[in-house]
Amino acid sequence: MRRFLQGVFAIYRKEMGQSLVSPVAYVVLGMFLLIGGLFYYTILTFYMERSLAAGMQAMQFGTPPEVDVPSMTINSLFGVLGQVALFLLPMVTMGVYAEERRRGTIELLMTSPVTDLQIVLGKYLASFSLFLILLLPTLAYHGVLFWKSDPRPPLGILLSGYLGLLLLGGAFLALGSFISSLTESQLIAAVVTFCVALVLWIVDIAGPGAGTTTGELFQYLSVLRHYEDFARGVVDTTSLVFFGSWIALGLFLTLRSLDSMRWRRA
Amino acid sequence: MIEVEHLTKRYGDTVAVEDISFRVERGEILGFLGPNGAGKTTTMRILTGYLPATAGTVRVAGFDVAEQSLEARRRIGYLPEQPPLYPEMTVTGYLDFVARIKGVPAAERRSRVDAAIAMTHLGEYRHELIKRLSRGYRQRVGLAQALVHDPEVVILDEPTVGLDPKQIIEVRHLIKKLRGSHTVILSTHILPEVSMTCDRVIIINKGRIAAVDTPANLTAQLRGGNLVWLELRGDRNGLEQTLRQIAGVRKVSVETLPDGGRMRVAVETEPGSDLRSRIVAAVVGRGWELYELRAVSLTLEEIFLRLTTEETEDTTRASEARA
Repeated sequence: MRRFLQGVFAIYRKEMGQSLVSPVAYVVLGMFLLIGGLFYYTILTFYMERSLAAGMQAMQFGTPPEVDVPSMTINSLFGVLGQVALFLLPMVTMGVYAEERRRGTIELLMTSPVTDLQIVLGKYLASFSLFLILLLPTLAYHGVLFWKSDPRPPLGILLSGYLGLLLLGGAFLALGSFISSLTESQLIAAVVTFCVALVLWIVDIAGPGAGTTTGELFQYLSVLRHYEDFARGVVDTTSLVFFGSWIALGLFLTLRSLDSMRWRRA
Repeated sequence: MIEVEHLTKRYGDTVAVEDISFRVERGEILGFLGPNGAGKTTTMRILTGYLPATAGTVRVAGFDVAEQSLEARRRIGYLPEQPPLYPEMTVTGYLDFVARIKGVPAAERRSRVDAAIAMTHLGEYRHELIKRLSRGYRQRVGLAQALVHDPEVVILDEPTVGLDPKQIIEVRHLIKKLRGSHTVILSTHILPEVSMTCDRVIIINKGRIAAVDTPANLTAQLRGGNLVWLELRGDRNGLEQTLRQIAGVRKVSVETLPDGGRMRVAVETEPGSDLRSRIVAAVVGRGWELYELRAVSLTLEEIFLRLTTEETEDTTRASEARA
């Protein structure tokens, strides 16, 4: 067991080291902060204006104000962060296996005394850690809310939102790793990952046109539906199972893909 | 140390390696000689556990590379034809990573990395990024990578390809230093390379073993002499003497086979002579048991023609000066 973890850690450490010197990681981080910050500002000011307007209406007509700015801001912000993750995470995973294949370093990994499982876990944990680093600065947004807003923002929604975002990111990363293991081209890996993720994101729009059963299936498969629950503060077991099994499937397929690489090579 | 038995590798209908068997003893340097596409890389990839064999078994240090893959891999250092480097890492950082995935204990890691750097004369560049190194230095990093966990078996796929003459000599020098302490298999398509570094050579062509011999005998064949192979049981000392007495025999070399006192004898004869009947008469006349006799076939010469037999002049001269 100890030896197993040491192997996983060796791969993890190498991946993190490579990420931290790679321009891609910094571009992704920069874009994430830029887009996230921009939307946060827009969302916050939008709801503040609405609440101001509602307040003035209340003064005129005597009904109590109904706008909960912190909750709505958090809800919308998670919606945006999810979409930004959809766009940027394919760039985090595009090189994970494709680059090893192109450089031939996969031959070093596969002839070393580490199992395919150790390689897959080490690489997955590294890309997940990178995602955590991306999310870290977004805590500052909520800091502003906690500091200035009255009533206090609801902690429950915040936590369930982050849980949802982590699961969503984890699922995209597992998908991206698998697709990266199928090609030697980082570009192809990124584009295909993005397209597949996008289709899964919005697959429920095909629901109404299809038959009842197929429609329900499409709705179940829709990432957006499961994710929106979390962003509203609802932790649903179905959604946990959905993301959990997606991650497990992605990692399993990556393992199979590594194994089949040995057999296909001519 | 390495036992390969009836190894076959097919890709669909194409046969890359067919029924290869050989052994490599501890501390020996074995050369794989053959034209491009002969199956050298495929064989090495199976030995290192990168590719599965279609049929046959490979044991490294007693471990089956398919069944006890991790144990076997722990004992192998492997330099693929394209050195598996991460350009954005420093030399030390890269070797540290390799030591980790090869399972070198934390306490020894530092000293193993230093030893590998010293062996490959990379001291000056240890903190340099790999992408800033020249082709020759990258090859050295590749070699250091194969040696960093002090493996019992070192497998090198075309270790000198693409290097300049001075670098080639350095790499060969390094390989020679491994003799005795490591078991080495290296592949090449350059004939002089094996004669300078290897104890024994396997000539491989179209996926089959065409010949197994010492570099000296192979070189002799190239000089135009003929070679007659014998396998027999008899008295070793008397044997050499008897054979040398036959007119036209240039040189006799005897190798005792592991199973029960049989000997394999290579008799080098004058060009253009056929001494087979006289050799048989001499052996049988002494009452020895003869199991096999064959003149080396023409196909071997054909293979030689396709090998690179020439080196640039300055490499040869520099090698001689160094020797």
